[in-house]
Amino acid sequence: MNYFLELLPSLLSGLKMTLGVFFFTIIGSIPLGIIVSLGMKSEYFTIRWLINGYIWIMRGTPLLLQLIFVYYGLGMMGISFPRFEAAIIAFIINYAAYLAEIFRGGLQSVPRGQYDAAKVLGFTKIQTFFKIVLPQVIKIVVPSFGNEVINLVKDTSLVYVIGLGDILRAGNIAASRDVTLIPYLLVGLIYLIMTAIVTVLLRRTEKRLNIWR
Amino acid sequence: MLEIKKLTKTYNNNTIFRDLDLTVSDGEVLSIVGPSGIGKTTLIKILAGLETADAGKVTLNSEQLPVDGTRTDAKVGLIFQDFNLFPNYTVLDNIILAPINVNKIDKAAAKDQARSILDTLGMLNKAELYPFQLSGGQKQRAAIARALAMDPQILAYDEPTSGLDEASTKQVAEIVKTLKHRGVTQLIITHDQFFAEIVSDRVFDFSKEVAR
Repeated sequence: MNYFLELLPSLLSGLKMTLGVFFFTIIGSIPLGIIVSLGMKSEYFTIRWLINGYIWIMRGTPLLLQLIFVYYGLGMMGISFPRFEAAIIAFIINYAAYLAEIFRGGLQSVPRGQYDAAKVLGFTKIQTFFKIVLPQVIKIVVPSFGNEVINLVKDTSLVYVIGLGDILRAGNIAASRDVTLIPYLLVGLIYLIMTAIVTVLLRRTEKRLNIWR
Repeated sequence: MLEIKKLTKTYNNNTIFRDLDLTVSDGEVLSIVGPSGIGKTTLIKILAGLETADAGKVTLNSEQLPVDGTRTDAKVGLIFQDFNLFPNYTVLDNIILAPINVNKIDKAAAKDQARSILDTLGMLNKAELYPFQLSGGQKQRAAIARALAMDPQILAYDEPTSGLDEASTKQVAEIVKTLKHRGVTQLIITHDQFFAEIVSDRVFDFSKEVAR
């Protein structure tokens, strides 16, 4: 117990980093993912081509590599970001690509008739999207979106590669210093608590959306 | 009054109909009959602004409506064959969504109006239900209420009796009559000759009167 209290400050500071990466990624990647998914339906070939290329790269290479590239690679090319900002940028563009694929599936499952009904009633395209289409897409994508969010909780640990101190790194340091596995157990426990919270929130959202079908 | 003059629609070099002339007077109930796949639905989709025509003129109460797909108004109310209710809204919210967002009507006033329409259609007790909780006939009445709330100058039905049992079909006929008494101009697309004869002032035989 004493050992636990001893570790707590460093773990908490690591947790702050982990949660920072998590929340900024969520806030940034959802709107970007929606915009990208709409772009995939663009009538312009160039836009579709660019977006498909972007998604291919983001899903086709490891996030670890993308982090290294955004921080060190772009830095060498003269575009340098502080570590934390670089991590957030890499995470947002990576997660937006996955979310865009999920949103695209959701958009495709809203029947044509919904758009027709909205048009006949005089809704603008923007009203149709926000009032009629998006709420239906959200309900459809919540389960797959939840998977990505849980992946994100764990993926945040990759930021160690550009020298950021997240919770896993804090545990790692303590474990090598004190030659014990206990810090890792604690870190594992904290990840489990975080994913449990996310799971409960997602279940609740699903339940609330289940009042209509 | 709705006036259609020399309306022509082609699709992939096939002529769906050519030089179609048709007039619907104010308060009239007109049924358009004919076998399926003949272009009846295409015609009302053009009237509602969902399809484009190749040539011809559509005039509604002496205002010319564009038929090139640029329409954004709700002058023609359309009851879809599969209703297309918004599943994420209750019946009441389905009805008030357009008046509030499109016509910018105050929410309380929109609700009052919606309840009065639902009352006319015998649906007031279903106001708080979601579409999935309704039967086919009830969904249709919700769709009619949603269209009426936008105060359309003409109400068009696409195959209103398809998939309905005899009792529900009678109910549709009653609704058409009720709305007629209130002066609503109605255009009904149907392949059900019998239903057409019962509810309409005039029956227009699409297969006989339209050139292709």
